[in-house]
Amino acid sequence: MNILAALLILGGAFFLTVGSLGVIRLPDFYSRSHAMGKSDTLGLFLSLLGLAVHNGMRVDSLKILLVAVFVALANPVASHALARAAFRKRLAPWMKRNRP
Amino acid sequence: MNGFLTGVTIFITIIMLIPFYRLVAGPTIFDRMLGAGVIGSKTLVLLTLVGFLYGRADMFIDIVIAYSLLNFIGVIAAAKLLERKGLEP
Repeated sequence: MNILAALLILGGAFFLTVGSLGVIRLPDFYSRSHAMGKSDTLGLFLSLLGLAVHNGMRVDSLKILLVAVFVALANPVASHALARAAFRKRLAPWMKRNRP
Repeated sequence: MNGFLTGVTIFITIIMLIPFYRLVAGPTIFDRMLGAGVIGSKTLVLLTLVGFLYGRADMFIDIVIAYSLLNFIGVIAAAKLLERKGLEP
């Protein structure tokens, strides 16, 4: 059992938990898109890196690293595209003066 | 290591149920798309873990690559459509 792989997978699971709770708990769409774009991406990257370390030196590990790099590029782009669509449709951001 | 991977798989399956609240009861359509994107990105880790549990990681990783591409293109296409269409769900 590889200690480094276990530590990476546990850190990734922690950041995935933080991302899920942020999506459900934060008050606004724009702040929720922060939870998707940052902590969820870090959790995915750490989990896939830990699984690649657990697999060892094979071709499959290279494919897992390819998926990790692609997700680290693509997930913030998707979050930014959603936030830009919401901003162009004039979705009102959460402020102190229009707090319910 | 197999018991550890089984535990992490069960934990991530439970974690994936949390954004379903945002998917069902989101105030706007953007919140629903955000919940769908979060669930789809957690599915990548779940599929890789299931591949390791079955001992067929070489087959499941190709599925993970195709799924990540489909998830990204789906969210981008929905964002473009919503940018043109409007806020009404």
